[in-house]
Amino acid sequence: MQSNATLEYDYSLAKKFTFLTILFGILGMLVGTLIAAQLAFPELNYLLGEYGTFSRLRPVHTNTVIFGFTVSGIFATWFYFGQRVLKVSMAESKFLMVVGNIQFWLYFIGALLATISLIFGVTASKEYAQYEWPFDIVVVLVWVLWGINIMGLIGIRREKALYISVWYYLACFLGIAMLYLFNNMAIPTYFVTEGLGNPLHAVSMYAGTNDALVQWWYGHNAVAFGFTVPIVGMIYYFLPKESGQAIYSYKLSLLSFWGLMFVYLWAGSHHLLWSTVPDWMQTMGSAFSVVLILPSWGSAINMLLTMKGEWNQLTDNPLIKFMVLASTFYMLSTIEGPIQAIKSVNAIAHFTDWIPGHVHDGVLGWVVFMIMAAIFHMAPRMFKREIYSKKLMESQFWLQTTAVVLYFTSMWIAGITQGMMWRAVDEYGNLMYSFIDTVAVLHPYYMIRALSGVMYLTGFLMFAYNIFKTMTAGKELTAEPQFRTPMA
Amino acid sequence: MDIRELQGYASFFMTIFLVVMLYWYIVHLYRSEKRGERDYEKYGNIALDDEITSTPVEDKPASQRDYTEKNK
Repeated sequence: MQSNATLEYDYSLAKKFTFLTILFGILGMLVGTLIAAQLAFPELNYLLGEYGTFSRLRPVHTNTVIFGFTVSGIFATWFYFGQRVLKVSMAESKFLMVVGNIQFWLYFIGALLATISLIFGVTASKEYAQYEWPFDIVVVLVWVLWGINIMGLIGIRREKALYISVWYYLACFLGIAMLYLFNNMAIPTYFVTEGLGNPLHAVSMYAGTNDALVQWWYGHNAVAFGFTVPIVGMIYYFLPKESGQAIYSYKLSLLSFWGLMFVYLWAGSHHLLWSTVPDWMQTMGSAFSVVLILPSWGSAINMLLTMKGEWNQLTDNPLIKFMVLASTFYMLSTIEGPIQAIKSVNAIAHFTDWIPGHVHDGVLGWVVFMIMAAIFHMAPRMFKREIYSKKLMESQFWLQTTAVVLYFTSMWIAGITQGMMWRAVDEYGNLMYSFIDTVAVLHPYYMIRALSGVMYLTGFLMFAYNIFKTMTAGKELTAEPQFRTPMA
Repeated sequence: MDIRELQGYASFFMTIFLVVMLYWYIVHLYRSEKRGERDYEKYGNIALDDEITSTPVEDKPASQRDYTEKNK
């Protein structure tokens, strides 16, 4: 390590991943809005032949927002605050810079090709794990490179104590590595037999119920280690830094970290309630899901209490508003999830629109709001310019908040209506409704969802424009702001 | 006792073990602060004072910190 007299933090990788976060955010949300509209207006399925149908585009939406938008956001924030909380610059290690740049290009090209492969119908047909084996290998390589960067930066750090956010990012790294590897174990039959099957296709090593169990252990924990753990890590850095208030209770942050690690991994089987998995495992999934409220709310309450005595900032600083709303939505979706995992509630909720409703109040309200807030906080430090427009940020906030509320309320109503109609029987025990009856009843709610998608996407485009203008036309800053983000 | 029953018992006892560990961790956090061995709350300042030129909150690796020497 060099002397730190002239050293500065190097944000080049954070900037690159920020651009990708915005790019994949626009792509993923655009496709999401289109498929929401397709559900309301089925004619929209035929815009692009087979490449534009719901079944092709739905995995494009989910994978782009998970592995494109969110993962880029995780990388961008790591390359920003990782240096800061470890008090070491990326510029101090040429090796780590090279590894980081290889990671960036491999990730960018790999993600684009993987998305194209999904449009062409190349899919492993496992939810959120649709990428076929060649792309899985690229994902593993990118992840290993990121791991080298995390461990490398930790290895040369000046701050010997690891801040809580670093723990969360380490857990994200280890958790996703374990989940991704085990769920994607598959044999590319073309290469191990005499040319049987498609070269791009591989057959899962698990079959039947075991496959379902591994898949939902993965699927649920991808939410845990992709959408929860790193986002909690993010807010534990950005909320204190933006507000100038240290975390309310550092001990509570440690305790809820271990609580989350302990409980989350057991809850995945709630995706398989009332299916052909052992009953004790379903009960375990339900029980652990309910217990999960404790560590989740432990973190969320800790975030909100960090603002204790400083609530005035909520009115003057829109960035604080974004983060407080994010933690509030985290609380909402972490109480909603356990409720849905109770077996009797699940009997109505399963396979209905309440499920995407739940997912979206979590991701739109919590994950996207937090990643946008992190980028708003980083932008003036990375580009040395103040945020272009506070007004635009305020309007974006209200537009997107309204969109999230419209999304989940319409899906609550749609889901419960759907669940009740599927179960309704007449006095002779015959089903009262056919499937198409439910579709006709749900149509208005699908329209509301499509509208909320348009509103949310518009808000995201306002965010992208604000960041673009910040980079190019924001007022130049002479010194790096310590806490509150400057905005015009 | 077949493998499924064993799995059931293993799952049950592991859960109990992990619950005990988690509660022990809470006790450990508060006890080490009470005894003055460690001040966890100071680590919250790592996020606030994060300039590259700032003095680290903890500049020695865990193995060389005072509290471990005291315990030897």
